[in-house]
Amino acid sequence: MSSVVEGLHRQLGLTDDELERILGVLGREPSRAELAMYSLMWSEHCSYKSSKLHLRRLPSQGERVLQGPGENAGVVDLGDGVAAVFKIESHNHPSFVEPFQGAATGVGGIIRDILAMGARPAASLNSLRFGDPAEPLQRRLVEGVVAGIGHYGNCVGVATVGGEVVFDPCYAGNPLVNALTVGFMPADRLVTGRAERPGDLAVLMGAKTGRDGIGGASVLASASFEEGDGAKRPNVQVGDPFQEKLLIEACLELVERGLLRGLQDLGAAGISCAVAEVAARAGMGMEVDLDAVPLREPSMEAWEVLVSESQERMLALVDPARVADVLEVCRRWGVLAEVLGTMTEGGLLSIRFRGEVVAEVPAASLADDGPVYDRPLVRPVAPGPVTGVPLGADPAEAVLALAGDPTCASKRWVWEQYDRFVGHATVAGPGCDAAVLRVPGTGRAVALATDGNGRFAALDPAAGAALAVAEAARNVACTGARPIAVTNCLNFASPERPEVMGSFAAAVDGMAEACRALGLPVTGGNVSFYNESSGRPIHPTPIVGVLGLLDDATTAVGSGFPGPALDIWLLGETHTDLGGSVWQRLTTGRLEGPPPPLDLAAEARLHHLLADLAARRLVAAAHDLSDGGLAVALVEATLAAGVGATVTLPPGQAPLAALVSESPSRALLALPPEAAGELEALATTADVPAARVGATGGDRLVVVGVLDLPLSRLRDTYESALPRALGDPA
Amino acid sequence: MRIGVVTFPGSCDDRDARAAVASMGAEPVALWHGDGDLRGVDAVVLPGGFSYGDYLRCGAIARFSPVMGAVAAFAGDGGPVLGICNGFQVLCEAGLLPGALLRNAGLRFVCREVDVVVESTASAWTSACAPGATLTIPVKHGEGRYVCDDPDVLAAAGQVAFRYATGHNPNGSLADIAGVRNPAGNVVGLMPHPEHAVDPLLGPTGGRIMFESVLAAARV
Repeated sequence: MSSVVEGLHRQLGLTDDELERILGVLGREPSRAELAMYSLMWSEHCSYKSSKLHLRRLPSQGERVLQGPGENAGVVDLGDGVAAVFKIESHNHPSFVEPFQGAATGVGGIIRDILAMGARPAASLNSLRFGDPAEPLQRRLVEGVVAGIGHYGNCVGVATVGGEVVFDPCYAGNPLVNALTVGFMPADRLVTGRAERPGDLAVLMGAKTGRDGIGGASVLASASFEEGDGAKRPNVQVGDPFQEKLLIEACLELVERGLLRGLQDLGAAGISCAVAEVAARAGMGMEVDLDAVPLREPSMEAWEVLVSESQERMLALVDPARVADVLEVCRRWGVLAEVLGTMTEGGLLSIRFRGEVVAEVPAASLADDGPVYDRPLVRPVAPGPVTGVPLGADPAEAVLALAGDPTCASKRWVWEQYDRFVGHATVAGPGCDAAVLRVPGTGRAVALATDGNGRFAALDPAAGAALAVAEAARNVACTGARPIAVTNCLNFASPERPEVMGSFAAAVDGMAEACRALGLPVTGGNVSFYNESSGRPIHPTPIVGVLGLLDDATTAVGSGFPGPALDIWLLGETHTDLGGSVWQRLTTGRLEGPPPPLDLAAEARLHHLLADLAARRLVAAAHDLSDGGLAVALVEATLAAGVGATVTLPPGQAPLAALVSESPSRALLALPPEAAGELEALATTADVPAARVGATGGDRLVVVGVLDLPLSRLRDTYESALPRALGDPA
Repeated sequence: MRIGVVTFPGSCDDRDARAAVASMGAEPVALWHGDGDLRGVDAVVLPGGFSYGDYLRCGAIARFSPVMGAVAAFAGDGGPVLGICNGFQVLCEAGLLPGALLRNAGLRFVCREVDVVVESTASAWTSACAPGATLTIPVKHGEGRYVCDDPDVLAAAGQVAFRYATGHNPNGSLADIAGVRNPAGNVVGLMPHPEHAVDPLLGPTGGRIMFESVLAAARV
């Protein structure tokens, strides 16, 4: 084995202590290839070394959970013999360095995670964060990321059905691109990358291996950005959705025909990670022949082949008796496939290249026995009071200002670039509170939403994380679905800063508490650290994806007012909660005060009521109140189908406070007047405050005695804000 | 009635097209790009997607696939053929329909529901439509700007099958042309996706009448 250059480990992102640990494992100096493998597998991105201790506090058990954290993706039982597979993952740093390919390969990667569980990927959602869209750099990022997501998802035939886009200066040097994909499969099919028997063959499928994405996980994802990081562009992977489409179809045919013992995607750390994980999970080893790897560049060295993050590759584990069938399926789909290795007894990973053993390490030492850090942390300081948020402005102007704020405004410019129809399942798509997808082969549907409010989490990480869980679950509940499981993406700055680690720990606690209270197990997710640029950290941004279940897809409730002559009701209590609100940002530019207090029991009661109302087909629309409060909710509900509304605010609160407060646990309903009695009775039983506040009809938004705006003007403001900010008016 | 749906490498809407065919009461038959055999189907759908990755030019490689020889012969015998989106591009590349599809005028992929007006009912796939009927059907494409030598000549020949309704042209297509037919009327291509518009739970149902047209013709 070749000798190692002195100090190479540091260039690869390993600390001196970690090198010592490797020496301890091996009892000798590591080869160059081994060092490269450890540097990737023990990177923050792959090993979760700074977050592992904390993530254990998240609840992960539930009666519907078929597969919790630790696998390629979580799996939940939907009933009728069908399971949903879902997970969210970040691709933040690659998307900053090369927005189009960074975002595209983020989508491709999460799709392969779902595929690796044996499920057909059905739909994706994306949580995006950028700086001010009017700045040229941010425009380039938004354009590139959105085009990249669209390109990959559209070409691969996986619908993009929702998500969120938020603009805040804290993301200017470090955008967030979090991609969630959901897939479906028979509940009794759980292909988990688990090689059951020695002698099984590992078949490498898909694209040739090249020099793209070398060290993506360590160099990009596990270090902060500094000036001049454009030089890291070669570390970004390049995607080929056509290749992925063929790979998906080939893998699904193999799975459906029962030809596989296991399936694993190749993502961060490439072949190293895939072979180490499948072997370690099975408590076995593997003999790997790197000469079998189809190379794009024949001059590649062993360590490059091992850690390349070339996209569109999967590793299939196959009974030797079936390998001819497997290769034939691959050939038919035009997918390259080569036998890469053989599962062996004992736990040793033995890797040969051009007649030489280039690495020989215990598989578990790479996959499971990496360092775990209990990093020093400083608990976050409690937020101070809210000061000086003006509530005397003209309410009509305030509503227009909110409707025209890029974060609150229509994201049509974004989602019209995404195919939301493919898959014959999209009951509700982008622009709704949550996406609703029909579950194939059943009358059921799932609802999915992603949410996360970095402003709240910056003020109080625990509260911010809990509010994110509550909001995502509420969005799902508004469709009539019962929230059943969570996936999360925790986007934070450097874990080496005690205050960041403190906010991370607090966010995990807040999320755990909210998930327990709402009965939501966390089935998987992703931690993204080092989200800072030239020392400027992002807000702590825990993103939560919630999956809900509707027993009857036809009972799904939309979020817009569908027609006139409906009564409008407001569920929940409105306090004057302005800390971290959009209105505070717009009027003061400040971020201060406590985020809105959250009563988790009240939140849970609201979700139960919303599901009951939908199941009884009592409501014509239900819309969550969140960013921009009642004002933005009314704008969205009226513009959805161009149906006006006349609303009276309850007495006892400044009208503007009632409109812009962001108190949680609230929803706006539209229902036929004759359903009022039943609603009141159900709300009373459920102990959810409910008040009739108005009626739908006309072509104006009227708040009696407060404001009167034609929908045409609201629409112009709401629809044109983002294109205008991006310099791309229609 | 048996309706074949071709799967090219990179086809994305083949499964949806088969589901739409089944939901309309016909029997969907999966056809493979590498086979020159249409398995005795009564009609053929070329679905949407990105055949062969569309890396050279949309539909440019698919037209050379073995199945297209069989489709051309089937069309020559008067068999009903429908090209949707990428399938439309393939039919234009294959010379079975006039014109070509270029990059959208807005240079971006566009996914939205649009209204299209039925301009010609003299085709296998529009015969059940009322003349001038408006159908709401989604579009989703980056290269759907229809061009041809002379749209007036095409219209005079009755070969303009669909136009985007006023204000609904999503891509800058010449003369708002959304779909065309061959002179005989058995081959139709359009950019909107009728297979995505058959189920009221999922949105508008403007696509149903196109499948009903071909089914009704088969019953005659």
